[in-house]
Amino acid sequence: MPKKLYMTAGYNTISMGTGRKEFNPKKERPGIEHYISEAGKGVVKQIGDAAKIDETVIGNFMAARFNKQAHLGGFAALVDDQLENKPSLSVEGACASGGLSLISAMRSVLSESADVVLSLGVEVQNTVKAIYGADILAGAGWFKNRKTGHAYFFPGQFSDRAGVYYEKYGYDYARNGMKQWFVNAMEHARLDPDAQENHNTNPDLAGSYDKMKPNGKAFVEHLNVLDCSKVSDGASGIIVASEQGLQKLGIAKSQAVEIAGWAQVTRNITKDPIDPVELTTIKKAAEQALAKAGITIDQVATVETHDCFSIAGLLAVEALGLAEKGKGAEYVAAGNTARNGAMPMNTTGGLIGWGHPTGATGVHQAVTIWQQLTGNAGQAQLNLPADRPYGLTINMGGDDVTVVAIVYKRG
Amino acid sequence: MTYDERLQQVAVLGAAGKMGSGILLLTAVEMADISLKPENKGKTFVLNAIDLSDEGLAGLMDYLRAQVLKIAEKKTIQLRQLYADRTDLIENYDIIDQYVNDVLKLVRPTTAMETAYHANLVFEAVTENKALKVKILKQIDEHNPNKPWVFTNTSSVPIHLIESEAGLNGRVLGFHFYNPPAVQKLVELIVTKSTDPQMNQFALDYAKALRKVVVPSNDIAGFIGNGHFMRDAIYGINQALELAGDRPLPEAIYMVNKVSQDFLVRPMGIFQLIDYVGIDVVQFIMKVMNPHMQDEDLHSDLLDQMIALSVKGGQMSSGAQKDGFLKYEKGFITAVYDPTQKAYISLESFSGKCDQKLGELPENYKPWKAAVRIADKDSHFIPYFEAMKLSDGFGAKLAVKYGKNSDAIGRKLVSDGVANNHNDVNTVMLTGFFHAYGPVNNYFA
Repeated sequence: MPKKLYMTAGYNTISMGTGRKEFNPKKERPGIEHYISEAGKGVVKQIGDAAKIDETVIGNFMAARFNKQAHLGGFAALVDDQLENKPSLSVEGACASGGLSLISAMRSVLSESADVVLSLGVEVQNTVKAIYGADILAGAGWFKNRKTGHAYFFPGQFSDRAGVYYEKYGYDYARNGMKQWFVNAMEHARLDPDAQENHNTNPDLAGSYDKMKPNGKAFVEHLNVLDCSKVSDGASGIIVASEQGLQKLGIAKSQAVEIAGWAQVTRNITKDPIDPVELTTIKKAAEQALAKAGITIDQVATVETHDCFSIAGLLAVEALGLAEKGKGAEYVAAGNTARNGAMPMNTTGGLIGWGHPTGATGVHQAVTIWQQLTGNAGQAQLNLPADRPYGLTINMGGDDVTVVAIVYKRG
Repeated sequence: MTYDERLQQVAVLGAAGKMGSGILLLTAVEMADISLKPENKGKTFVLNAIDLSDEGLAGLMDYLRAQVLKIAEKKTIQLRQLYADRTDLIENYDIIDQYVNDVLKLVRPTTAMETAYHANLVFEAVTENKALKVKILKQIDEHNPNKPWVFTNTSSVPIHLIESEAGLNGRVLGFHFYNPPAVQKLVELIVTKSTDPQMNQFALDYAKALRKVVVPSNDIAGFIGNGHFMRDAIYGINQALELAGDRPLPEAIYMVNKVSQDFLVRPMGIFQLIDYVGIDVVQFIMKVMNPHMQDEDLHSDLLDQMIALSVKGGQMSSGAQKDGFLKYEKGFITAVYDPTQKAYISLESFSGKCDQKLGELPENYKPWKAAVRIADKDSHFIPYFEAMKLSDGFGAKLAVKYGKNSDAIGRKLVSDGVANNHNDVNTVMLTGFFHAYGPVNNYFA
């Protein structure tokens, strides 16, 4: 790395949507400006003074359609008056928009145009029914494929991947792994008060999963709704700073994480995946980020990965080299990715349990890793081994098209 | 004429009414689905929505649009396949919008009854008045060269009387939806001795396409549903009048309503159900049925008295409950009508005393909402009613008597030849009235 980069002062709003007791789809709810403001203020409160922020970046996917609102950079001043007349912009890369927000902030710091950047991510999706939300989210794929795609376009894409996985490695074998992924997601979410599934009290998660067989007539052919991430309203924010920036903020390195390596890889959106049971872009991005950090996956203590669907969780396990191709289901079913397992993953529930406010997810993942590595994870806190001081986030946009991988080190 | 051809020209009479609008909705959707089949491309499908009220028809179209939109949103997966060759329809939004348009464009709201003169199939859902039904159907049939089939939604008038008086000769059957037709799964199907078997088959196919549960009922006034409900209502009213010997009538009504709802675990108490249907409608149905009853009198002076005082219950066009025997505020019962004082008496002034008199529910009581979901009903209701039978409580004793009577009504429907078997009676009460258990059981023996 040419220059040391840090992240600190992470903040998440609640991930609002079905599952939360206070969520009522029939009542008016806060708009996107509320979420941007809350997440930004949550960060500013920790650094004490917004005047020290040089720039704001907001990751967002589809506010232009969900909220009929574009030009999100213009909302930075809602966070604090001190951000008025400073650089602010929004970035978009589908569900990797949050990751791009982080990377954009990092680039500003690396280019020495800023020492302290506020990186935000936001999405407010409960403005439309799921059937129309599916249209909007389908924008993460190639529009020319929309006509032949499923009504629920992205569930359809990953259902196809799951179908091939079942065929190659066995249905029950695969479903067992996916079930455990779901169970972990719910159990982890119960440990984070901001998680969408925090109120989940189902005493028999595995039983519920087994009962809900995938049914192509009602949903997609190879996935049930428990295999899917949530429809969420939420925002997350974190500070990206240089070493000087951190000093300026008066924040100790122990309360920050150092960016040890990062990569951003994008594949051709107009082409189908080369292999439906492999996430090749994730694989490349993770390899590059780990190489930049000069470490191997064994030195990583915890991973936040983009489980928009349970099958994506299993395939990420394989792409990261935690299990061989086709062995991801077994690895997960054996409990390796649970919080007490060999490689705790998505420790506040991930996209299935914590929630998936699409444009915010990349930032939320960074906040979770920052919490875990600095001892700020509350009930969800892991006991991390001293010889593995690293965390990793994988944020994916579309069907393995845009991927942001970041390796974090305890500060 | 094939099933599809039959549905090319349809008329609904009384289309803006509570039942008519639901029948129109279901039929419009079925017709649109057929019209969208590749083999029916280019064919015209017409659904005349006939009603006397212009205002009602305007409201009907709003209702229809909103309901079809909901239906389209629920079956978008199938609709995407249906419109696969329409390259201009890409997003779910495009497809849903097109489908709503394709359903609504079949429907012609009109006050002109003459539009039914071209129909192959007529759904009749006008007021429950035999003379009116006969008059309209006769007129349509005389002017319609297609010899239309008539599906009447009557809930009480014997079909053979409509058949003979309107001169329909084998071309009418009873197709009795429950309210609201778009939601309720039950249809009572009533044929006469001369009903065309092809028409009967069409009715079964149509019901299947609408995913309805068909229970055949024999052509005896009231059929199964009202055959049970009206007798049950008379029993409840008489029970209240008896209790009113020792207390004011509003208190007695309150007690019987509570016994029939809570103690008997039904979705509504009997007086609330009468209000829901409409006191005037109940009175009317009894009037239609009574001449056909051999050894019983289906008539209530109390109902007549309420109507005379213009207290009628029923529902507002918004679906909200109008006040009847009971007064409703935000869906809750707050007072009971006293015909002597011509005023509602607030529950607060007497419910505590009445509840105390009725006594406790058995310990293993589960409210209707929970009980209705129990798969093995006997496992819950046998011990529940056993406990009730052992109780000395006033309410428990009333409930046991009430349950026994309901059971006897069910058995009588079979012995009178209205229903073919006890199971059909129970199916009607479970699916049409949302009872948690069938009336014919051994719980009260």
